[in-house]
Amino acid sequence: MIKTDALIIGAGPTGLFTAHQLNLIGLSCEVVDNLDKIGGQCIELYPDKPIYDIPAVPECTGEQLTNNLINQLKPFDIKFHLNQRVEEVKRDNENWIVKTNSGTIFLTPNVIIAGGVGSFEPRKFSPKECEKFENKSLFYSVKDKKIFEGKTVAIFGGGDSALDWAVELSKKSKVNLIHRRDEFRGAEATVSKMHALVKEGKINLFTKYQMTSVKGNGQLESIDIKNDENEIKNIKTDYALGFFGLIMQLGPIANWGLNLNKKTIEVDTEKFETNQNGIYAVGDICNYPGKLKLILSGFHEGALAARACFKLARPNEKYRFEFTTTSTNLLKRLGKKE
Amino acid sequence: MAKITYITHNDEKHTIEVQNGLTVMEGAVQNDIPGIDADCGGGMACATCHVYVKDDWFNKIPKKEDGEDDMLDMAFEPKTNSRLSCQIIVSDELDGLEVNIPSKQA
Repeated sequence: MIKTDALIIGAGPTGLFTAHQLNLIGLSCEVVDNLDKIGGQCIELYPDKPIYDIPAVPECTGEQLTNNLINQLKPFDIKFHLNQRVEEVKRDNENWIVKTNSGTIFLTPNVIIAGGVGSFEPRKFSPKECEKFENKSLFYSVKDKKIFEGKTVAIFGGGDSALDWAVELSKKSKVNLIHRRDEFRGAEATVSKMHALVKEGKINLFTKYQMTSVKGNGQLESIDIKNDENEIKNIKTDYALGFFGLIMQLGPIANWGLNLNKKTIEVDTEKFETNQNGIYAVGDICNYPGKLKLILSGFHEGALAARACFKLARPNEKYRFEFTTTSTNLLKRLGKKE
Repeated sequence: MAKITYITHNDEKHTIEVQNGLTVMEGAVQNDIPGIDADCGGGMACATCHVYVKDDWFNKIPKKEDGEDDMLDMAFEPKTNSRLSCQIIVSDELDGLEVNIPSKQA
């Protein structure tokens, strides 16, 4: 069990700056995120898109913003728990016990939810019956490519993941690549490589087709694909792979007894505390009158939530407001003074 | 100002006056039309405000810009008349526009 002054759920920009604020005022924190990397939506949805409304930063991409925030955390020792989703938050006297799906357990008086619009999950095929085959012969990511050797694989999607796997698996499997239009959004070099393999007969390409149904008894046997003119083709296949990017799902957060409003959590604007004492919500996931879904609002919300955490983490001390320009305490924590 | 009709997958019609300058997505979200999630808030980064635009309107409204089709690849059951409603900006010319909302967004 890991004891910490505050646990942050979500390693997006708001979660990162909240971690900075906690450490600056002398509190420890740990950060959990379901993605395999730090940065949240900034890194997953728009790493290359320029952002123009971060105060004092005229222009930066999602990736640059993330890197700058990570750099800002350098003076501090913050543990990140990536690839983990928080499943359970339970009261234990003055503390919360927080469990992740990997079995990590935290004991903390403060939980700060900086979860954006929830955790990222793969987008799935539309036909409902696909669920029956999921993780057996139908996948949304490749964990062990050996299982496809000598088999027929249907790959759906038009981005880099679909193209990379079509190219890679075509070496040892029969690959059918299916995409809803002629244009591919993957890297140009990979698109050319794929087209070359189509010419060589190593990949069968079906464009303007989408999946309509899957057939099989326990194991996938064939899939039906349909084009814009409603022509249906049946393709024999052993496996199906879908690469439609990620979608955000609120997930287990909905079960923690918090006041929810659509996909957001109601908070006050003094501490950004939810209806549960010691659980806060900051950034895109919180809601209050006048809420703006801007990164800069998340920074403000995190700074205030961090101060609120002080009270529960250090019940016998008084929080004193200080500036980084003048406070010896803060400068020591930032490693700028002995 | 334009009257816009949002038709849900079970054929419920919601006709709403939407101010010029707002997007078709914002018109839906501000009026609690079910079925348009708009998770990313209009950044063309999530495809959860996906709608089908009636054919006669599809060619009349401003065309898709770069990136919209890439996002539509990820939408739930995209069709040739699919659009992201966050990319359709309301103006007087759109008065009478009808959009169909898919049965789900993801």
